[in-house]
Amino acid sequence: MNNGFSILVIDDEIQIRKLLEISLEANEYKVYFAVNGKEGITAAASHQPDLILLDLGLPDEDGQDVLVKLREWYHNPIIILTVKSAEEEIVKALDNGANDYLTKPFRTQELLARIRTALRSKSSVTNESILTFGNISVDLVSRIVKVNNEIIKFTATEYNLLTLLIKNDGRVLTHQYILKEIWGQSYSEQTQYLRVFVAQLRKKIEDDPNRPKFIITESGVGYRFNTS
Amino acid sequence: MDKLFKKNTPNQYLISVVSVVILSLLSLIVRDTIDYKIIGYVLLLLVSLLAIFLEIRPVLLAAILSALALDYLFIKPYYTLHIDNVQDAFLLIMFFIIALINAVLTNKFRRMQRAIQIKETRASTLKLYNTLLDSLSHELRTPIAAILGSIDTLQQKNVNLSSETQQKLHNEIEKASMKLNYQVENLLNMSRLESGYIHPKLDWCDVKEIIYNVCSRLSEETKDHHISYKIDENLPLFKLDYGLMEQIIYNLVYNCAQHTPKGANIEISAKYDVDVDYEVHIDLIKKCIITISDNGYGFPPEEIDRAFDKFHRFKDSKTGGTGLGLSIVKGFVEAQNGSITLQNGEESGAVFTLEFNVDCLPINSLKNE
Repeated sequence: MNNGFSILVIDDEIQIRKLLEISLEANEYKVYFAVNGKEGITAAASHQPDLILLDLGLPDEDGQDVLVKLREWYHNPIIILTVKSAEEEIVKALDNGANDYLTKPFRTQELLARIRTALRSKSSVTNESILTFGNISVDLVSRIVKVNNEIIKFTATEYNLLTLLIKNDGRVLTHQYILKEIWGQSYSEQTQYLRVFVAQLRKKIEDDPNRPKFIITESGVGYRFNTS
Repeated sequence: MDKLFKKNTPNQYLISVVSVVILSLLSLIVRDTIDYKIIGYVLLLLVSLLAIFLEIRPVLLAAILSALALDYLFIKPYYTLHIDNVQDAFLLIMFFIIALINAVLTNKFRRMQRAIQIKETRASTLKLYNTLLDSLSHELRTPIAAILGSIDTLQQKNVNLSSETQQKLHNEIEKASMKLNYQVENLLNMSRLESGYIHPKLDWCDVKEIIYNVCSRLSEETKDHHISYKIDENLPLFKLDYGLMEQIIYNLVYNCAQHTPKGANIEISAKYDVDVDYEVHIDLIKKCIITISDNGYGFPPEEIDRAFDKFHRFKDSKTGGTGLGLSIVKGFVEAQNGSITLQNGEESGAVFTLEFNVDCLPINSLKNE
């Protein structure tokens, strides 16, 4: 039984490998394992997996270095696994090209959802001009956003922010990255704009802006657009 | 003074030599008017005094020196160590022995005192350590016991468990694991605080977002409670540490949920100080005030001051806890130059009030940029 996707797990903890083997194979993924960075890079080259789960704390070399080396030629999604309270590590990993991250201890359901999202955004490079998810539709050509079939007015900045998030569906975007993309290089530390505009966007597209379903806060790191 | 002498032994030798010499010279002036036995007593007194302050060796040196001085300068014939009569020889020997005993006894007494002191500090450290171990092993072992017990029941071969029972056991495992995680998190945070590793990363925070975010993470733990929010619609952004604020609110709400009966209300409010027209002034230092209150039993009034003490657990507390949660909250609040107070509510329950004097930024000033 196989759903056609293969995943490479690079982690030195045997318990985590066992757990991932059981839960990933139960969900019909083909799973490869590597226990350190060196093995991981070799395995990635020989198996060409559709996705890599990379633990940042590896015995032989810094996970960040492994990530950088992989990103020189590997373009499929990479999800980082890390221990808690390491926001700077996470931001660094995202800057180094990771698509997403999970902090240990993580829930398997969450992991599977993230894997599905990452694989979907990999396979669906759509040329469609109208994107729909839930009760929201965005027409990229005419720049019209509809919520519950009603046209909602957005300022230019709001619209740019929304489409940036949507185009990176499922991917965690760091504060700095978003600020640079929307407001420009000199605004990369001005998080106040982001806080205010995210709050405004939520008011316009979320059913309950206080309990957002689409624009998810990744505390201390950034934001993620969630359609799953 | 005691310490000063102890640290520097060469100094102590100097002090004993100098003091014996000075006293001997002074006594030399009155040698002809005062009996040499009196001078013997005076020298003996000096040795006893030195024994109080100095280590044993310098005191012994003083004892020998003063015996020699007594013999050489004050027992006739002068300026020779020779002694004419048995009485004087006996006097000198007695002098020396008493000086020695004095020195040794004082030293012994001091050592005993020091040993008692060390023992006392050790005992109090041990007591604190035991309190910690007690509460920790309880707090960690209870969830582990729940996990192992549930798994054992699920694995029993000859028993048919209804799917409902199985579900319940799975839920127990889940709850226990989450509790374990919370305790480990607290321990890590405590060690961060203890090591002085906390350097707040101040950035513009949407306090309202933090509150809702934390509460949705706590939805499982608070499912039997009613949470209500009173958050100012125009709450500005405040310069705080997002991660620390999350942990603070998490621990406080968790604490309220753990220590109040099912169905209790928890109210979270956030407002800002409005005594200056903040719409006009941007980037002013303003007060962010967050209160978290419940309508549970409140805190015993005589112990309320100790609520934030490390490892402090209230006498009648049935729900346990390591006594770390609230002390971490206090540490994190103070790391951001804030303050936290705890009071019992007017009718019932506990009221935690957080205040931060930090930069704020009114949201309206940014909206149209």
